[in-house]
Amino acid sequence: MFEDALKPLPEKAFDYLAAVHLLNRAGFGGTPSQARALADMGLNKAVDQLVKYESQPVEPVKADLFDNSIMSPLTDEQRETVRKARLSNDEEVLAALQRDRNRKQSEDRKQIAELQKWWIKRMIETPRPLEEKMTLFFHGHFATGYRTIEDSFHMYQQNQLFRKFATGNFAQLAHRIIRDPAMIKYLDNDENQKSKPNENLARELMELFTLGEGRGYTEDDIKAGALALTGYTFKDDTFYFNGNNHDTSTKNIMGKSGQFDGDGFLDVILARNECAEFMAGKLFRFFVNDFSGDMSKEQKAFILAMANKLRASKYELKPLLDAVFSSAYFYSAQNRGAIIKSPIQLTVQAVRSLRTPVRELSALASATDLMGQNVFFPPNVKGWDGGRSWINTSTLFIRQNVLVYLLTGRKPDMYEWQASDIPFDATHLVDHLRQPDGSVDMASGIEYLLRFNLAQSPSPLRLQQVMAFAKSRGERLDNDRIIAVLALTTAMPEYQLC
Amino acid sequence: MSEHNIPYSRRLFMRHGVALASMATTIPQFIQNSALGMVAQLAGNPGGAGLPQDRILVVVQLGGGNDGLNTVIPFGMNEYYNARPTIGIPAPSGTAKGQTGVALMLDQQRGLGLNPSLKGLKSLYDDGKLAVLQGVGYPNPNRSHFTSMDIWQTANTGAKGNGWIGRYFDNTCNGTPIQEGSISIGRTAPLALNGQVQKPISFESAELFRWLGKDLHKSLDDPYQQINRAGILPETTQTSQAAFLMRTALDAQLGSDRIRAAVGKSPLTTWPNSDIANQLRIVSALIRDGMPTRVYYVSQGGYDTHGGQLGSHGRALQQVGDALAAFQKELAAQHAEDRVVTMVFSEFGRRVKQNASGGTDHGTAAPMFVIGSKVKAGVHGDHPSLTDLDQGDLKFKQDFRGVYANILDEWLKAPSAKILGGTFSKSSIIKA
Repeated sequence: MFEDALKPLPEKAFDYLAAVHLLNRAGFGGTPSQARALADMGLNKAVDQLVKYESQPVEPVKADLFDNSIMSPLTDEQRETVRKARLSNDEEVLAALQRDRNRKQSEDRKQIAELQKWWIKRMIETPRPLEEKMTLFFHGHFATGYRTIEDSFHMYQQNQLFRKFATGNFAQLAHRIIRDPAMIKYLDNDENQKSKPNENLARELMELFTLGEGRGYTEDDIKAGALALTGYTFKDDTFYFNGNNHDTSTKNIMGKSGQFDGDGFLDVILARNECAEFMAGKLFRFFVNDFSGDMSKEQKAFILAMANKLRASKYELKPLLDAVFSSAYFYSAQNRGAIIKSPIQLTVQAVRSLRTPVRELSALASATDLMGQNVFFPPNVKGWDGGRSWINTSTLFIRQNVLVYLLTGRKPDMYEWQASDIPFDATHLVDHLRQPDGSVDMASGIEYLLRFNLAQSPSPLRLQQVMAFAKSRGERLDNDRIIAVLALTTAMPEYQLC
Repeated sequence: MSEHNIPYSRRLFMRHGVALASMATTIPQFIQNSALGMVAQLAGNPGGAGLPQDRILVVVQLGGGNDGLNTVIPFGMNEYYNARPTIGIPAPSGTAKGQTGVALMLDQQRGLGLNPSLKGLKSLYDDGKLAVLQGVGYPNPNRSHFTSMDIWQTANTGAKGNGWIGRYFDNTCNGTPIQEGSISIGRTAPLALNGQVQKPISFESAELFRWLGKDLHKSLDDPYQQINRAGILPETTQTSQAAFLMRTALDAQLGSDRIRAAVGKSPLTTWPNSDIANQLRIVSALIRDGMPTRVYYVSQGGYDTHGGQLGSHGRALQQVGDALAAFQKELAAQHAEDRVVTMVFSEFGRRVKQNASGGTDHGTAAPMFVIGSKVKAGVHGDHPSLTDLDQGDLKFKQDFRGVYANILDEWLKAPSAKILGGTFSKSSIIKA
């Protein structure tokens, strides 16, 4: 019965605005010409191009792009020096060690800032937007924060892991994440030993990563799961199973009994129906609709259909994503403009769709932080709440102002950002509307700019407001006027939707 | 808004220029309400029915689960030192270990002290402006940060529904939101301030509280204002994300000018430099400006001390203690002390026993602080037993909703039973 919920969109219904919708949701938007090319391909090919992105060549992510030695632990020799200095209370040596540590930390904080810029740039430039979008999804899902782990290279490794499994197999990724040094450190599993169990990873694994809070497990299951995960730690930059600290006893977890280790624990979890449902619900909010309030019957049916698909594919994500992006429901009116853009989505989509200059990557990173989404610094292990929580009166101003910055390069006085004098040539947005004499009719140009940017037909009032402004500024829709229209359009409350 | 205010507001409305008046002609109910709210502020008469004219509540949230046992030190209990061999804070008469120091004396007879980093709070205690409420928690404690924080913020043990402060406004303003009724300083507005009708204003820095696009060309300002003050467009579904954004856009315009002006002024006293101090300094500036705001919300993180906690916990406590002391001095200089009560809470305390990493794991009950010249200073209630535990955790002595009830009834003069959906036993903390 749930198959119906995923029934595909008729080919002929896949029009230009549907292609814009797909580009926005399965990625970070595209230019008018990219949207037209996608629409011309037809639904199946368009979805294939976005989901089966392996055919698109992309700049490889090199493992040694960032320095792994900054925060490397002390050698045995250094440790011995510390021990001796402590024993003899050698303040000079101790102070030198402290200085060295401070220097490393400050160097590493510079590297995490570089990493942020690198990722934002990659999201802007990649020919595989879904790969980066799912990487972002998993970063928010298996949220791990730099502030706690203080090791930028481990954050980089985790980022590569998410990219590798972006549209791969969720179960395999889950087995990898309990071996991920950043995660192990973030949730204290390096402290989890059979003699002194630490429940942090076991709890969040069930509550936030797989099942959802209170869904099918008890506090006792958490305690048993924590024992299963004992000894899962890391050395330097790689996973290390410390058999001495691992509890080998028989454990009862959610009605199953066995000598579970971390993987056994995870297998028990992944076999539960709740897991696919929980993941389907999260992906629904990320890709389809981040509704507020009670779930409708239709939404529920669609999520259950997604969960069935995920179970049927044994947690392979591609078949699920393909079905969602091909479904009539995904394109239905109720799901257009139904997601509040995350700060990353807002910023990256603005650059990708309008083709504004990138300007300063550090400014974009700091802006996304002010808007509430500092990548590699999620607020907590729950990740970003998304939806309406992105928006308050002050983040709304910042959202509008970031667009002013991208469009004009104008240094907003109170921001510590660099002004940029790179001009933005916005005329390509209306190229297809040019008349034989090269001019663009103002009314149709403005109508098009609103429709493209809002991914919907604009409200008559909005159209009237912008049109009145544009007419008061002359007859021609030249670059300056296009940018002025864009400044107003991107300051519309509904521009925050995609 | 109380009814007798409305005619006066309308008179003002007529006098206060074209912008406001023209808004009222064609637009939906919501915006008219907002415009009236704004006019009430201009009249300097924000109080509505049930709102004492100028009483203010400041909520300080300590995020991450503050270790109550290392905040208020039960140095009279041996079990404390047994449970915390390396991170226990020595009694005031004891010997300092390393750089941490010994507890500051709070109550010799009860054997209670304050963390040595809480000198600021200790000065408030000595001035008779600090109430320490012991063992505050709730039944069937939840050890998830998020759920427990939601429980505290909704005052609902199912962690469901609107925020308790939002409901306070909803219950006292006759279905009309009070513009700038509540302000949170920070990235995101806490659930606590979210009501059905009442929505908080929040910002991290006042300078960013406007659209910079109008600097591009002055002709952009008018259409921008029209777009952002239009409220919910007729074809938009009221419950949609779009409607929510349109409402928020209007709120943003209304709050912008005034707040930026208020925060731009220099404080009357000197302030320490920390994030929490900066937040409280902004609050003090807004209070001085006579904002109609009844509730301010600030927060500090860093209390999730699972490992090596002595240093980091002490630093966090010092920042908040010093900031609270500075805030109280600033209020005194403004002659505003008698109008402000400050409440400090965290989502839970931590396990009695320290863990193997020199830290503590998620626990249950913990002390709360209530500060002000109008609070009954001193230690309230008994310390939870360190032997009669629930799975290694403290049993709470005072339901936090009883504390909220007391503040609602006695300070904000609002019907707590209606707002909290029940009655809770409470010890009186507000002076008559």
